[in-house]
Amino acid sequence: MADLKLTAARKSFGTIDVLHGIDLDVKDGEFVVFVGPSGCGKSTLLRMIAGLETLTSGEIFIDGARVTNLPASDRGLAMVFQSYALYPHMSVAKNMAFALENMGLKRAEIDARVTRAATMLRLTDYLDRKPKQLSGGQRQRVAIGRAIVRDPKIFLFDEPLSNLDAELRVATRKELAALHAEIGGTMIYVTHDQVEAMTLADRIVVLRAGRIEQIGRPLDLYNKPANLFVAGFIGSPRMNLLPATVLSAEGGSLRLRIGAAELVVPRAAAAAAPGAAVTVGIRPEHIAVVPEHGTLDVTVDLVEHLGGETFIYAAAKDLPQITLRCDGQTPSSRGEAISIRFSPDHLHLFDATGAAIARP
Amino acid sequence: MASLTGLLGSRRNGAGRPVHWTDIAAYAYLALGVVMMFAPVLWLVVSSFKTQSALLEFPPSFLPFAQAEVTVPGQPQPLPLFRATLPDGTVKELAQLRRIGLVAVMIDPADPSQQVRIAIDKREPVRRVALSTSNYTEPLRQLAFTTYLRNSVFVTVVATLITLLINSMAAYALAVYEFRGKAAASLAVIGTLMIPITIILVPVYLVVTKLGLVNSLWAVILPGAATPTGVFLLRQYMLTLPKDLIEAARMDKASEWQIYWRIVMPLTLPALAVLAIFSIMWRWNEFLWPLAVLTKTEVFTLQIGLNAFQGDLQTQWHYLLAMTVVTLIPVTLVFVFLQRFIATGIGSTGMK
Repeated sequence: MADLKLTAARKSFGTIDVLHGIDLDVKDGEFVVFVGPSGCGKSTLLRMIAGLETLTSGEIFIDGARVTNLPASDRGLAMVFQSYALYPHMSVAKNMAFALENMGLKRAEIDARVTRAATMLRLTDYLDRKPKQLSGGQRQRVAIGRAIVRDPKIFLFDEPLSNLDAELRVATRKELAALHAEIGGTMIYVTHDQVEAMTLADRIVVLRAGRIEQIGRPLDLYNKPANLFVAGFIGSPRMNLLPATVLSAEGGSLRLRIGAAELVVPRAAAAAAPGAAVTVGIRPEHIAVVPEHGTLDVTVDLVEHLGGETFIYAAAKDLPQITLRCDGQTPSSRGEAISIRFSPDHLHLFDATGAAIARP
Repeated sequence: MASLTGLLGSRRNGAGRPVHWTDIAAYAYLALGVVMMFAPVLWLVVSSFKTQSALLEFPPSFLPFAQAEVTVPGQPQPLPLFRATLPDGTVKELAQLRRIGLVAVMIDPADPSQQVRIAIDKREPVRRVALSTSNYTEPLRQLAFTTYLRNSVFVTVVATLITLLINSMAAYALAVYEFRGKAAASLAVIGTLMIPITIILVPVYLVVTKLGLVNSLWAVILPGAATPTGVFLLRQYMLTLPKDLIEAARMDKASEWQIYWRIVMPLTLPALAVLAIFSIMWRWNEFLWPLAVLTKTEVFTLQIGLNAFQGDLQTQWHYLLAMTVVTLIPVTLVFVFLQRFIATGIGSTGMK
């Protein structure tokens, strides 16, 4: 159990800058998820914290102590690898005991810790098996068990669920959340899956191209994305992002031209000059189908009936495809012309640089 | 065995189909290969049971024949048996009592009182298949064969162990660590493959002499302990180990020695087995270098000991062949038990 602090952490491979100065504070017992598309530097950041990569510049502190140049083995952290990295020639029990043996613990203490972790992870029947003889989910649990027995200062997870099938991924995700609630350690988790991030995290760190785009609680990121990238990345299906032009600015609200229609956005934080190009963001659940006189008239491209909800993909003139989410089972069919209404209380507006200028 | 019958029963168009001419051609070609490979070995084994005179006779016989002998009452020693054509035209098996010039005095084993004189071209020896096991027992008894064997085993085992340890350490460094000059070091190791032993024979001999190791088995073991082939083979194998495993071990507070000894070495076992096989074969069959540094019989290895049967004037072929068979046995056994590793090794390195 420990807190973690990164100051201006940079990493370059040769002439390529991978991370451009990361500042981050992780509190004791917090579950922080690094999320971002492939190549955003999230795994590199995790490996730097672990001590498996050196920093080009910047500092890392664990519990206030500077560990920037400490080797991985001396940092007291435990890591769960994407490939699990179980030692193939050792049994499950040996895998879990390896670190404890290296720490020089007594045999009785090692056995007690391994048994406790195995019980917690329902692995007691498999202790004598080799990793080869386990299923994917069981291997995953062994990898987690290997981290738990250490009683580490911080748990590091590098995309631990990406090798599991969809069903198992959901189940293991729940188990991880339960585990965190039970042992309460500081955990840092890397994933490219925003659903994992939303469901597991106390706080999410969204990364793109080596920079932090936004840090916040999952719902804050969902409700109030700071920029276009976070708005598009968090949420599934993703937020509708529609190009628009400012017509006029009157008393804190903006009148926009969007496709063939006009739209008024209240509470625009920063005034935009008439003629400026902006982006309107609206989540699929904040668009409603209305009988007539909606914000836009659109044609239905595709309807997905999921039973409890219905997704409608619609096309409007001069605009990208618009996604709508309706509760229940909405009768609608391909080619049908409908009118849709954007909820004015849930409109996001982003300026040409991508920064949010109006938020709900 | 099931796989063998499966292989022999397989046809071009699947089991049960008529035999295609290519099947026959394929089996003929394979049979030729088998003959080419095994005929010399078979010839060696069969010949090792022949007597000295049978080895030198012309035309040679395939099986080891020896002239039959009988014990005749009243004669102190067994007498050679001949099939003689008597003057009256009958053919009878008689033992030869003695031979004087072109005439032989024959005696009937059934009736020793009867002696017959016949011309030597009227009789031909009765030959039976007989294994001349004395080819094996004599040198084992007379020569210091057990000493040679002990020396050979010692050299092979100790040298192989040292080779495995040293080569795996070098390979670990070249495969796992990142350091300046790593590529150059790897290249230098592989580069030494191009230097034949004959070139470095004299300088190495001088070094060994200075160290006072001449006529010690360590002189055979130490100079060849670090082999570029072994380092290369193990390094290539270690490169295929997932890097995550080593990093996981680092996270698990393992020291470098523990990573090497408890993680990398067990996982490199298949490659180590291949290298062990090669090392055993190299060391067991090594001839030139031991011949150079070992001059006293008590430190001879088997291969050098065998050389002693070849004199300047005469070669004791029957002993030489028999002892060659004996020296082949350990290597054959290594092959029998470790052949699946050899296949892996050749598959992954292209060596044999």
